[in-house]
Parts: sequence; structure tokens; C-alpha cells
Amino acid sequence: MDEAPRDFGFNTRSVHAGQRPDPYTGASATPIYQTAGFVFEDTESASAYFNLQEYGNVYSRIMNPTVAAFEERLANLEGGAGAVAFASGLAAQAGLFFVLLDPGDRIAVAKALYGGSTAQLNHLARKLQITLDWVDMDDPDGWRRSVTAETKALFAETIANPGGNVLDIELAAAVAHEVGAPLVVDNTFATPYLCRPLEFGADLVIHSATKFLAGNGTTIAGAVVDSGTFDWSNGRFPSIAEPSTAYHGLKFHETFGVYGLLMKLRSETLRDFGAVLAPFNAFLLLLGMESLAVRMDRHVANGLAVAEWLREQPGVGAVRHPALPDSPYRPLVDRYLPLGAGSVFSFDLESGREGGRRFIEALSLWSHLANVGDTKSLVIHPASTTHRQLSDDELAASGVAPGTVRLSVGLEDVDDLVWDLERGLHAARSSAVTA
Amino acid sequence: MSEFQDRRTIQEIVLNARTVAIVGLSASELRASHFVGYYLQRHGYRVIPVNPNEEHILGERVYPSLRDVPERIDVVDVFRHPAAVPEIAREAVEAGAGALWLQFGVISQEGARIAQEGGIPVVMDRCLKIEHARLLGRMHWMGFDTGVIVGSRS
Repeated sequence: MDEAPRDFGFNTRSVHAGQRPDPYTGASATPIYQTAGFVFEDTESASAYFNLQEYGNVYSRIMNPTVAAFEERLANLEGGAGAVAFASGLAAQAGLFFVLLDPGDRIAVAKALYGGSTAQLNHLARKLQITLDWVDMDDPDGWRRSVTAETKALFAETIANPGGNVLDIELAAAVAHEVGAPLVVDNTFATPYLCRPLEFGADLVIHSATKFLAGNGTTIAGAVVDSGTFDWSNGRFPSIAEPSTAYHGLKFHETFGVYGLLMKLRSETLRDFGAVLAPFNAFLLLLGMESLAVRMDRHVANGLAVAEWLREQPGVGAVRHPALPDSPYRPLVDRYLPLGAGSVFSFDLESGREGGRRFIEALSLWSHLANVGDTKSLVIHPASTTHRQLSDDELAASGVAPGTVRLSVGLEDVDDLVWDLERGLHAARSSAVTA
Repeated sequence: MSEFQDRRTIQEIVLNARTVAIVGLSASELRASHFVGYYLQRHGYRVIPVNPNEEHILGERVYPSLRDVPERIDVVDVFRHPAAVPEIAREAVEAGAGALWLQFGVISQEGARIAQEGGIPVVMDRCLKIEHARLLGRMHWMGFDTGVIVGSRS
């Protein structure tokens, strides 16, 4: 060991982190350990694993070597101490808040949030007697006004879905730490290639790995990444710092230090929730992440090209891409997302709800579906799908105009994407004339 | 602090040490020191408990202080209050120990200086079990980042 350990670059780690050539067979790709259980070496080892005295595979509802390779790769790329994977992004989010919160607690949450997350938090709030304090993340005083002595976490997305609001991570982290609470950031739209929130003071990152991490729209998956630096023994998180009845009085934070929250999340929450990631899905995620940086560069370039083209077109109103030069979020993009702001954004058709419907119907290359972060370009018109039951006034209240369209720009040739959008815009304009 | 968390120093200690004296090793199975001692024994290290209040821990005879240990010590691993570290560092130097290792939260600049002036390398605010598990063990089975990047079949 004469050589100093090397600090490898992002691309190298995207390909290799978490995975080692299989010591038994030499397999280069990560084996899919499609097994429910693992045979113990002897009774002493078995009890050491169950007592958490030794790291060992027990049962795939708690840990699995293929899933662990995905967890380590994501943790490495985010700069975290470790990660715990879940069956979906929403499962990861529910698991994390289940660990952090006790009845009566409050969390401060950005109003600009994925609708599925809003619905889940409202549900958790009802069931667990949690109070949600909704925050205008664009207001520099928003976080400070919304936290109280009871606030147990601050939560926002790096790039909000679908509004494209960009989080001032350092500002939110400073407010969080003033009240002794962790900042939790959903980094789905940025991926660790474009932004690593932990480097700016966030304490925990969650992902819907279904999106850009998987990359191909094949896999539902989620994960929690912990920086390992938050002080869970600050008196506010007894469930992590105080003795656990599930493990004979073990104190997770004292015993496992930087890994305390992750050990708790895995060996209690994941174990009891059962929302575990399947080994085959982890394998697909590992394949996707090998090309993360290469794909994100193309996503970013295509997304910006489509946004710039759109705002020159007749019949198009606001184009809400945060990296456009006149976007209100451009200073935050320069600070937190110097390599680009992803490829999911929304724009408004001047022809309203009917125009949106005709726009979608006229497209033949873009896929009309409810996902983002695929290699394929995807489009959805909230007013005729996810928000169909709302009146125009109710739509406006939820931040969506009747003619708002959300795009997730894929890896196709930009000329082809623009060709199809042109056909859609033509149809939308025709509807405006005849309506 | 980073001068006491040098990755090459950590590697050399973890790979070459055989005998670890654990100062402040608890007899309680629920304490972090016991987790570390149990783990190190499982992975082939000889563990020498140092604790004035116990006689046997983990099947080993306990010594009241480092001065009483009658054999060569490769690593002095400390689970004590930081205020106790300077004296432990002096004892480690007198005993001719190979390294002084201070666990999570055991932070003592004075203790580190005493050990270094005595010619002993120091690691501070790190866990010996975790560093072993990272470099040689199975930490990667639990989704923790080991930092190990390798494409060859070593």
C-alpha cells in the first residue's frame, strides 16, 4: 500500500461505484441475486447478523447484494454515507418521514411539489397527526417564517415538478439547522450529476430512481441517501437517539454514528414496511446509472434547445424552463446547477384547454404518458388528464393554466422533436380559430 | 481534523494491526465499544480490554490501564471522554504502541499531539470497525459507500 488512495471522477464512479467483479465467478456485470434468503455460515454468525453486530445478508426484505450495489452507487455519486433503496420514490419518502416524525410534529414543505408527494404528505398528516406548514420556496423569507420549535424537517425539490422552481439549498439548510432539523431534498429532476444537495448543506436526499437514474422508463424505484452529518442526538429525535425496543435497547445513533439513521431505516422501517426494491429492478438501475452523465448532458442540451425553439413560436405563452436567460431562477441555476437544469419543464398554449387536447392528439413521436426522465420524449396536458376534474379557476389555484403542457425531453434528434411539436402547435392554433 | 483521517494511515493500520487494546471497552453488549470489540475478534484481531471496573470481557482478561498490558500493542483504540485522552496517549507512547485510534466523538488535539511527538500515528473521530468493514469487510452489503472503486479481480 505505497500508493495514496485515488479520488476518482464522476464518470468513473457512475460505472464502478458499488460494484466489484464477483470474487467467486469473475462476473463483470453485477449478478442478480434473485434469492429471498441467505444461508448462514454457522449459528454464531446468524445471531451476530440479527443483533447487527456484523454486516451480513439475512433476508431480501431487509438487504440484498444486487440492491446494495445500487444503494452504494447512488450514495457515492451523491456524496452520502450510504443509501437505503425502496420499491418506489413515494415508498422512500414515506419511509424517511416515518423514521423522522412522531405524532404532533410539524414539517415545513415547499408548496411547489410533485402532486403525488402532496397527496402522500396530506395522507401521512391525517394518519400520523403531523402538521404541514406550506412554504413559498421563491420567497427568501419563506422558510424562516414557516419553521417553529416543533419543526422536525424541511422538505423541497431541487427543481420542482412541474413549475421548475429551483430551491435555494444553502438558504433552506441554514434555516433548518437554526431549529435543529434536517433539510430533506428530492433530487429526482437534477440527479447527482447536475446537483449534489449534500454539498450545499442538505442532510438527506430522496430520489424517485424511476426517472433519470433508471433512464429508460423500465423500473419503479426509490431511495434515501443520508449525509451522515446530522446530529440525531440533539434532543429532538428520540426515535433515532434513544433505546430501540426492537433491538433490546440499542441506541442507533450512539452505536452506529454516521450510519445510525440508515441502520434504523433499514433494520426497522424497511423491515416493517416491506416496500423493498427487487434485485432485478436494482440491476436495471445499475445499467442505467452507468451512462448517467452521458445521458444527462444530452437531456440538458435537447431540453434547452426545445425550450428556446418553443418561445419563438406563435400561440405559445410562458415557457417555464429554469435555465432560460430571462428565467427568475437563472441565478439559482448558475449557483446550484452549472451543468444544466434537466429536461423537464412546462409551457402554456394560448389556446387553452381545448388547444391542449388538440396539441396532444396531433403529436405522433412524443408519447402521451404520466412519467418523466425517460430516453423517450414524453408529454402530458394536466388540464385534460391529471387535473381534468378542476374548473379553470381551480386549475389556476393549483398553479396550472388550462393550456399548460409538461414536457420531458428525451434523447431523440432535436430536429425530429421540433418537427412533431410544430404539428401539435399547428393543431392547437387551429382550435383557437374555430373555437 | 483531516490530518488525523488520512486514508493511507487508516489503511496501513487496518491491514497490518493484529493486537488492539480497547480502552473503555464496555461489558454491555449494547454499547458501541462492545460492538467494535466483538467485530474485531470475529475478524481475527486479538482484543485486549482496558477497563478498571471489569475482570473479563469478550472472553479476554481485562487490564486496569495500558501500563498493565504485558504484551506488544499494535493499536490503542479509545472509547473514553476526550479529557482522558492526553494521559492515555502518554501511556500509549510509554507502551511503545503502534498507533493511537480515537473513536467517533473522542476528539483531543492535545492527546493527538502527545502521541505524534512520541512517534505514534493518530486517527481521530473515526471508527475502527467501520474502516475495517469498508476496506476488507462487508459494509457494501448494507448500501454504505465504501469508496472502493475497482475493476480487477483482486
